[in-house]
Amino acid sequence: MRLEAEGVVKRFGAFQALDGATFSTGGESRVVALLGPSGGGKSTLLRVLGCLLPVDGGVVRVDGVVLPAEEAEARGERRKNGFVFQGYNLFPHLTALENVALPLREVHGFEAGAARERAMELLDRLGLKAHAGKRPAQLSGGQQQRAAIARALAPRPRLLLMDEPTSALDPVMTGEVLEVIRELAEEGQQIVLATHEVSFARRVADWVVFLAAGKVVESAGAEAFFERPESEEARGYLGSLMRWR
Amino acid sequence: MGGVPADETVKVVASPRNGGREVVVALGLLVGVSLAVQALFASVRYEWNWAAAWEYRAQFFQGWLLTLGIAAGAMGVSLVVGLGLMAGRRAPWLAVRMLCGGIVEVVRGTPLLVQLLIGYYIVAQQLKVSDPVVVGVLLLGLFEGAYLAEIFRGAVESIGASQREAARAVGFDAAQTYRFVILPQAMRRALPGTAGQMVSLVKDSSLLSVIGIEELVQKVKILNSASYTALEGYLPLAVAYLVVTLPLSRWAQALERRFHYET
Repeated sequence: MRLEAEGVVKRFGAFQALDGATFSTGGESRVVALLGPSGGGKSTLLRVLGCLLPVDGGVVRVDGVVLPAEEAEARGERRKNGFVFQGYNLFPHLTALENVALPLREVHGFEAGAARERAMELLDRLGLKAHAGKRPAQLSGGQQQRAAIARALAPRPRLLLMDEPTSALDPVMTGEVLEVIRELAEEGQQIVLATHEVSFARRVADWVVFLAAGKVVESAGAEAFFERPESEEARGYLGSLMRWR
Repeated sequence: MGGVPADETVKVVASPRNGGREVVVALGLLVGVSLAVQALFASVRYEWNWAAAWEYRAQFFQGWLLTLGIAAGAMGVSLVVGLGLMAGRRAPWLAVRMLCGGIVEVVRGTPLLVQLLIGYYIVAQQLKVSDPVVVGVLLLGLFEGAYLAEIFRGAVESIGASQREAARAVGFDAAQTYRFVILPQAMRRALPGTAGQMVSLVKDSSLLSVIGIEELVQKVKILNSASYTALEGYLPLAVAYLVVTLPLSRWAQALERRFHYET
């Protein structure tokens, strides 16, 4: 994928989440990592890139195509993407199976049988076959996040956008979920990943966008970024995260 | 192998013991309350005349059936009104929001008695609707619907931003978000309040006698004045309401259990 942003502004009330963010990923990237301190704009940029949030200013292009501002068009664009959130955000009144199958039927035009089959295929692949009939509250955090990944992957999204997918998980469950993401990346799934797991990002990402205070401070190939971060902010951020790892 | 899981064993042993205790407590309470009521009526020296009241049993039953019919009709109307006003209060247009908010406040803030008198003798007469039952059902439905609108609004607004975002993220449009994500979850949260409102509705239907509907309360008043009785009419009246309202409450509890899930 190729991602480009020019002067992107996004406000929430008086808070300026993105304050003229500008970057472009050089050439084709498989996995783009959004890094930076909390409150720096990672989550907002991820939502903007996935067409989940409209911008208040600026232009965003994915593979050279400008993202639409009008809601109906944006929804069409959004439906090509899959989202995974920090808090899983499964539908609590539906079983794991229905969480995956419902959007397939209602949004992507699958027949009931085909939706069920595709949902089971994904749940099986993510190790949740035995839990298909359970509601989210009956699953562990790691299982919930894997079910959320199944829901996002089921319609074969062009981009899989993940917003700190392991930040609410303990180390063991974090390991489970990161393993899944690594496999997806190796199979060629295009991923945009906002994360604080710097060593994981270093392993899977091929491009890094580093944000702080609503601006893109650095946008570089992953190897270059981790070997020779140019900005003071990025060096400080990486240093503080690496100290105990 | 083949053994019952431990917690189920406990349940099997424990439930009849608990059930047994409940029955004993219930019987004890029943006896105690009966004795108290007995003592109260003995001190009043009321002269019972059940035979005179019994003569009017068919009238009583007719009134009860009409009350049931009115309540059922008004429930349907109140659900539609409640959903409509709730949607109106969340509409994107300011005028609609203000209008629906105003209706809710005025209807909840004034007595049903006044609404019935004005609604029937002034509004309905102008609109050439003369059947008091039709007017009564609509007015009662509007009255209870205004309360339901607030119960529904609270339930819908309690569904958090992350659920709405998840619905957008899987590609749902606004209508699909309501249908598949918000309403199913809101319904469960609205159930207890809605059930309470339905019980109120059954009882509030007694006010419809002021516009000349011979529902149960009106029938009992007629019965009492014709047979020179009082309690012989009013006690069966209370029982006749309980026969409807108690199963309604139980049914609501059963529904709540059915929709129960952790969040």
